[in-house]
Amino acid sequence: MAKVLVVTSGKGGVGKTTSTAALGAALAQMGEKVVVIDFDVGLRNLDLVLGAERRVVFDFINVVQGIANLSQALIRDKRLENLWLLPASQTRDKDALTEEGVGRIIAELRTKFDWIICDSPAGIERGAMLAMRFADEAVVVTNPEVSSVRDSDRIIGMLDSKTAKAEKGEQVQKHLLITRYDTGRAARGEMLSINDVTDILATEMLGIIPESQDVLRASNVGMPVTLNDANSVPARAYTDAARRLMGATIPVLVPAARKGLMDRLLGRRAA
Amino acid sequence: MINFPRLFGGRTASAPVARERLQILLAHERGLCGQPELLELLRSEILAVVSRHVTLDAEKVRVTMDRGNLVSMLEIDIEVPNSAEGWAVAS
Repeated sequence: MAKVLVVTSGKGGVGKTTSTAALGAALAQMGEKVVVIDFDVGLRNLDLVLGAERRVVFDFINVVQGIANLSQALIRDKRLENLWLLPASQTRDKDALTEEGVGRIIAELRTKFDWIICDSPAGIERGAMLAMRFADEAVVVTNPEVSSVRDSDRIIGMLDSKTAKAEKGEQVQKHLLITRYDTGRAARGEMLSINDVTDILATEMLGIIPESQDVLRASNVGMPVTLNDANSVPARAYTDAARRLMGATIPVLVPAARKGLMDRLLGRRAA
Repeated sequence: MINFPRLFGGRTASAPVARERLQILLAHERGLCGQPELLELLRSEILAVVSRHVTLDAEKVRVTMDRGNLVSMLEIDIEVPNSAEGWAVAS
């Protein structure tokens, strides 16, 4: 049965689009049929992160308005035949998306795909609300930093009250994905630790993605990080997260810190 | 002067401060149960009721909510002037 998954955070710049691309690609690599939808109308970026920016002809809003049909707007990934993209419009304004239109398209996608992953825009306005509206599950992307944790708490509250599932008295299943985690800094008490974040947000942990050059390197070349270098630390963390979405029980490991020169010289132990 | 503790990695950890600030803030925000305007609404209605009998400075009415595990504490602080006219019935 198809699952609608929203990738959301409230705060901008925490890694929603990167995580959407990486999880989408990882699920597709596992044989699932996946569509990723960019809900960031006017500021689309998922096409760029997936390296499909020059292949966009029709977009989400064209389909909502009936100018194009779904098969014309969906872009199939050139590397993963199971991965598809529904890009956002770059020119229209965000009011062009309607709840009725989004609901209709998601219902149609449910008949064709195993996973429908909605990449939410930042904020708590219309675009973000529509991205979560029809979700069965949610990935809340959080950085270990006060403003991101506060915004995630707010978003979790909305997932519990403003979604179609919540209004039916059901629950959107929520997963916490911590990104840009720096173990060394957390060990030195300079960054909120994993325990701090999970204690505060009280949400099941989907994965911890360490701060890494590999993430930037992958987006530079338009590759999902799981595809660019499947053995890199963030790629493995995303792949494990995707497996957990598929129901696998894999313990979440806190990434090991790389020791800096000063740590070695002083014999300091990285936790 | 050279900051020796810092040089040797004994920098004061800021994460515990972050954690505590967040816990206090979120306890407050969640207490509003998705009604961010509730406290403001309470404040203005309480102000209106009391103002019928006592001349008040709107700035001197404070409504706060402390959320505990089992019960929450709604605290209302109203500062009333001590002058005779302060107690004049404003009707």
